[in-house]
Formats: sequence, C-alpha cells, structure tokens
Amino acid sequence: MARITYREAISQALREEMYRDERVFIMGEEVGVWGGTYAVTRGFLDEFGEKRVKDTPIAESVIAGAATGAAMAGLRPVAEIMTINFAFLALDQIVNHAAKLHYMFNGQIRVPVVFRTVGGGGRQLGATHSQTPDVIFAHFPGLKVVAPGTPADAKGILKSAIRDDDPVFFIEHATLYSVRGDVPEDEDFLVPIGVSDVKRQGKDVTLVSYSKMIQVTLEAADKLAEQGIEAEVIDLRSLRPLDTQPILESVRKTNRLVVVEEGWRSFGVGAEISSTVAEQAFDYLDAPIRRVAQVEVPLPYNRRLEQMALPQVDDVIRAAKDVLYLK
Amino acid sequence: MADLINMPKLGFDMAEGTLMEWTKKVGDAVAEGDVIAMIETDKANVEVTSFKAGVIRQLLVKVGTAVPVNTPIAIIGAADELIDIAALGVKPAAPAATLEKAAAPAKAEPAPAAPAAVKAGPVTASPVARRMADELGIDLHQVAGSGPEGRIVKRDIEEYVKVHAQAPKVAAPPPIPTPSFAPPGEGYRAELLTPMRQTIARRMTESKQQAPHFYITMDVDMAAALDLRKQLNALLPETEPISVNDLLVKAAAIALKQFPNINASFAGNEVRIHDRINIGIAVSREVGLVTTVLQDADKKSLAQIAKESREIIARAREGRMRAEEMVGGTLNISNLGMYGVEDFIAIISPPQAAVLAIGAIQRVPVVDEAGQLAVGTRMKVTISADHRVTDGAEAARFLQAFKAALEQPMRLVL
Repeated sequence: MARITYREAISQALREEMYRDERVFIMGEEVGVWGGTYAVTRGFLDEFGEKRVKDTPIAESVIAGAATGAAMAGLRPVAEIMTINFAFLALDQIVNHAAKLHYMFNGQIRVPVVFRTVGGGGRQLGATHSQTPDVIFAHFPGLKVVAPGTPADAKGILKSAIRDDDPVFFIEHATLYSVRGDVPEDEDFLVPIGVSDVKRQGKDVTLVSYSKMIQVTLEAADKLAEQGIEAEVIDLRSLRPLDTQPILESVRKTNRLVVVEEGWRSFGVGAEISSTVAEQAFDYLDAPIRRVAQVEVPLPYNRRLEQMALPQVDDVIRAAKDVLYLK
Repeated sequence: MADLINMPKLGFDMAEGTLMEWTKKVGDAVAEGDVIAMIETDKANVEVTSFKAGVIRQLLVKVGTAVPVNTPIAIIGAADELIDIAALGVKPAAPAATLEKAAAPAKAEPAPAAPAAVKAGPVTASPVARRMADELGIDLHQVAGSGPEGRIVKRDIEEYVKVHAQAPKVAAPPPIPTPSFAPPGEGYRAELLTPMRQTIARRMTESKQQAPHFYITMDVDMAAALDLRKQLNALLPETEPISVNDLLVKAAAIALKQFPNINASFAGNEVRIHDRINIGIAVSREVGLVTTVLQDADKKSLAQIAKESREIIARAREGRMRAEEMVGGTLNISNLGMYGVEDFIAIISPPQAAVLAIGAIQRVPVVDEAGQLAVGTRMKVTISADHRVTDGAEAARFLQAFKAALEQPMRLVL
C-alpha cells in the first residue's frame, strides 16, 4: 500500500495497463508533449513513444470518433477529453456510436474504448468550464459511466475500464488530483465497475454520494459523529450500472436518506436514487428524502459565489439533521 | 375576573376527553351557552359550552390532544383584563405541551405516559412508523406525533412501545372477558371493537354482574293518552308535534316524583337519592347506542319536553351531543315500540336504579268493565330494577303511578 495522489493513481493505472497490454494507447489534446492538462501523462511520450501517446487536434468529435473506430478495429484506446464540458462536442460520437454499435450490429462488434475526462467546479473556471453534467452521459444504455472519488478507486476502476470490452466514460474531478490516499501496489488491483462501496458504517442516517462530493460527505460524517450521529456513507463510484443494493440495505437500517451530488438537483443522481428508494424501500422511510445539490444557476466565476453555489460540508450536515428531525 | 373552562366529566367513568375542534378562537367573544369546542369521549362527540360570557383569552389544549377530566382547556375573561395564569392554577406543563416537548431534539425525553394523544380521523405518519405500528398492532390514533406538523415518526412508535411496556395505561379498562367455548365453525370475520362498543360491553357486563335485576311488566291503556296527544297536536304547529315518547318521559317524571327512591343510584354503602329528575332517552345510532339526557323533566311542560327532546335526539343521532346531555340521567327509557316489539326487558345503566322498556302500542282484545269483549289500545312497559336499591312492591307501585299518569293523561298537562 502506498500513499499517493489521485493524479499518481490514474497515472499508475495507465502505465501498468500500457505495459500489460500493447493494444492500449492514449490520445487527446496535450497528452504527449505537454504531459496532459492535469499532468497525468507526464513522461508518457518518452516512455511509450509517439505510436502509443498521440497528441490530437483541438477537435473532440475527432478524438472520440477516432478512438471509437480504433476500438472497433481491435485496439484499446484511452481517449482524453480535456474537460467534460467539451465532451458535448463529441456527444454524437460517444452516445450514438460508441454506446450503440455493439447493440446495433447484433454483438458482432465490441467497442472497448475508455473516454477519460474531467468534471466539476471549484477552480474559478467560469460557467462553461465548471459543470458536472455526469447524469447526461449516465442516461444512455450502452455506455458505462464511472466517477471515482478516491485515489484507490480511481486506479482500480480505470484499470477495470481499460480491461472492459464496452465503452466506459471515466470522469475525474478537477479538485481531486492532489488528494492523497492509500492505494494497493498490486498490478492486478481492480475495482469492479457497477459496485457501490460503503465508505463508512453508521446506523442513524444514510448519506449517498460519489466523486468529489464523497470527500465532502465523509467530512460531514466526521462532524456528525462528533455530535453523536453515526452516518453511513455510500460511494456510488459508478452511475451506470448503478448499484442500489447497498443503498436499499442501508436505508432499511437507518430509515433516512440524503443524496449529495455536485451537479444540479433537477433530473439528477439524487432524483434517480430517491425514486429507487421510494419504489423499493418505501415502508422503511421515516422522513422525506433530502437532496443536496448545486444551486440551479450557471456556476459563478466569483470565488465566494462559486462556493455558495456548490454543496458544502455544512449543507450535508444540515440535510442529515433534517431527516433525523433534529434542529 | 378570568375563569377556566375545564374538560367536562361526562359520565361517571369518563377519565379523559380528546379535543377535536375549537369552534372559537382566542379573541372571540362568547355568550353564556355558546359552543366553544367539540370533544370526543369514548362514547360520543360532544359540544362544550361556555358557562359564562366573555372573551376567549387562551386555548390551553391542542386539537387532537387527550386530557384528563377537569383539566383546564381554555381561559375566558374580559377583553382587556390582565390575567395571571399561575394564580388561576394552570400548571405550565399542561399535557397540551407534550407535542412541542416531544418535537425537541434527538434523544427526546419520553413523553409522559398518562395523557396519550388520542386523535381521530386520518393521521400523518412516516412509512416506517406506519409499518411498525401495523406489525406491533398499535393504533396510530393513540400515538403522539413529534415530527413536523405532528407526523408520527419511528421514535414516537419506539417511545410508545417503551412507555406501554413499562406501565400499562392507568385508565385502561379491564379486559372484556372472552367466552371460552369454541366458535361455531371455522369461518368468521373478525371486527375489532370500536371504543363505543368496548364501553357498552364493559358497562353492560358490569351491570349484569353487579346489579341484581328484577323485572315487572304492566299493561297500560294508551287510548286516552293518544287521544290527548291528538288534541294537543291540533293546537301545535305541524313541525312541533308532541310524540308518544314525550308522553312517556313526562309520565316517568311524574312517577319518579312520587317515588324518589327509584330516582336513585346505588353507591356501595349508600343509596343516593337525586334531587333532579333527568330522563335518559336511548337513541340508536349505526355505531351503537347512546343515551341523551333530558334534564329536569318534572319541571317542564309537555311542549317544552317535546321541543327539547327533538333537539337533543337529533344531536345524538348526528354525534354532536352537548356535555349536559351526556350526564346526569337518573332513569333511562328504552322504547322499541317502533319495531313492533310487544315487550322486552332492558339492562340497567349503572349507577341508575332502574330502566323502563317500552313496547309497541297495539290494538288488542280486552274485557271491559261491563264484562264485554272489546278492542283496547294497550302498551306493555317493563321495569328492570336494581334489587340493592328497591324491592318488587315499590317498583310495582312506581309502575302504577306511571300507568296512572298515562291512563289519566290530564296529569301530564297539569
């Protein structure tokens, strides 16, 4: 076990998989000479050469389309879309092509591509570069969508994604790269896609989150514990397939649920999970489900306003107390 | 001077009442006799009237809360009067405060056991509270809700279970004995007893077990009484007729006046002979039997009795009896004549000493004074009397007086 950053964890996963399987290659804007916008692939060009580390034009539809084609032809591309906001330009390639080819060609074609991208706000990048539109991608059957919130999950899930025969949309978070955590050094350390993880055990209230917000939620759980409230924290890790079983089990125990997401509330992750719990664990609820989410405005540039719009630790604590009927 | 209005005691075994509705709010002016609230007892919904004129200054009990009898429920005074609540003897921790208290944070203190919040109508409860109550066989109406707007939540059920496991509710009636023989056959549908049915079951069982009943039946010639009624009704507006029942009430009052020992209650080592003559009239409702009380029947004219009993019977049928109509009956009359019943015997309603059971007025063959067979108009009345209070001869003479009042009906209008 080594204590490394989220950035190093992703870097390790890529490197290990490129050594393990020569079909794996990376492509994207600034991934080669520059070493990646978030310095994830620094040194890769020298280490693996131009054939396996490809700088591309600033054209997301080309990146996604070419990667999809390469995957159809038998390679295992890891295509980097600089931020999730730019993935909208490649939406057709991702959701109409990569996500559907296996189905539309009756299983004759597999598309083992990984789209690595970065989402989230909090870095004063303005309204168009700070979004958390994860649910848009999770809406489409055929596309696996993952968003790890810890270094270990980032490494283990990325390795699983590269080894997966289906297209996987891998969402990193812009403010997590320097977060450290214990990560197994085993080259075959894999975290399965579509499996939620109970990050903290508790009996009083169930808090569900993922990605950056799992860190916020865990901090809130620590503070709740100081007040004698034992929160159970569940990390979704994958949005599709969505593993709701641990959530249902937890709600049957705690009778109360708060879902914390960085994206906007409307049509969001909280909405999806609330519905599932209402459908499958209704008789166990003791309070209305609460959703903590981003204020529904384009994210402000101003630092204070940006922080006000994003979910904070105190918001999670407040919601947890609300469902416990506490002041 | 400000005064307290208390939860009335309606019936000798009433321990608590539930406030169903405030018909007046703070600041409203009320006249003496105005209805200020509706309460629910285990037998009926009852109107609470103000005994004085003034302004409602404070309501002390929340809707849906059950409080013991004689607990202050409201303060009435002059509009601008300074009221010292403490001087009135109102304790700050009145049971009405339970709801707010229970709504307090986390490990809320157990709510006091005695004043369970008994609600009527739909209750709001969280799904898990509802499921737990279902599994544990708890009536949600009995549980005080501590959530927003009184929502019953999990902790309320847990609290209820804890409190009731420790100390069974003091006022809980003794269990009604269940017959031990096997039911005839296997197929049946179980219906839980309503509170009203429970009360009837308990009180009637108690009466039959404790009061040694004896019965005397007498024939009453009703021809003259019906004739009088016809004459009187010809003088009265069509909408205000005198009924046969009114004649019976008046006749019973006259007879009781002559035999005060029947207008009495058995109370352990003494018999209480009542000053007032209040006739209870049994009224049948879908949900069960109630008795509405016509006060001071001996002091009222037939027309007055007719008017009042019309009102109180209507209120009893609609389930909104007033406090004074539920208590203080000294003799009950049960009339099944309208069902064509010739005669029957009734069970005494404790602590009364007797009850009259009235059959149908029938045209029957009789032998007249000349020894000739003739067509007569007859009604059978049966008294059930408590032998601890009275004896056969006295009860028979009482019935004679009752009969005389009806057979010489001018006595009824004297």
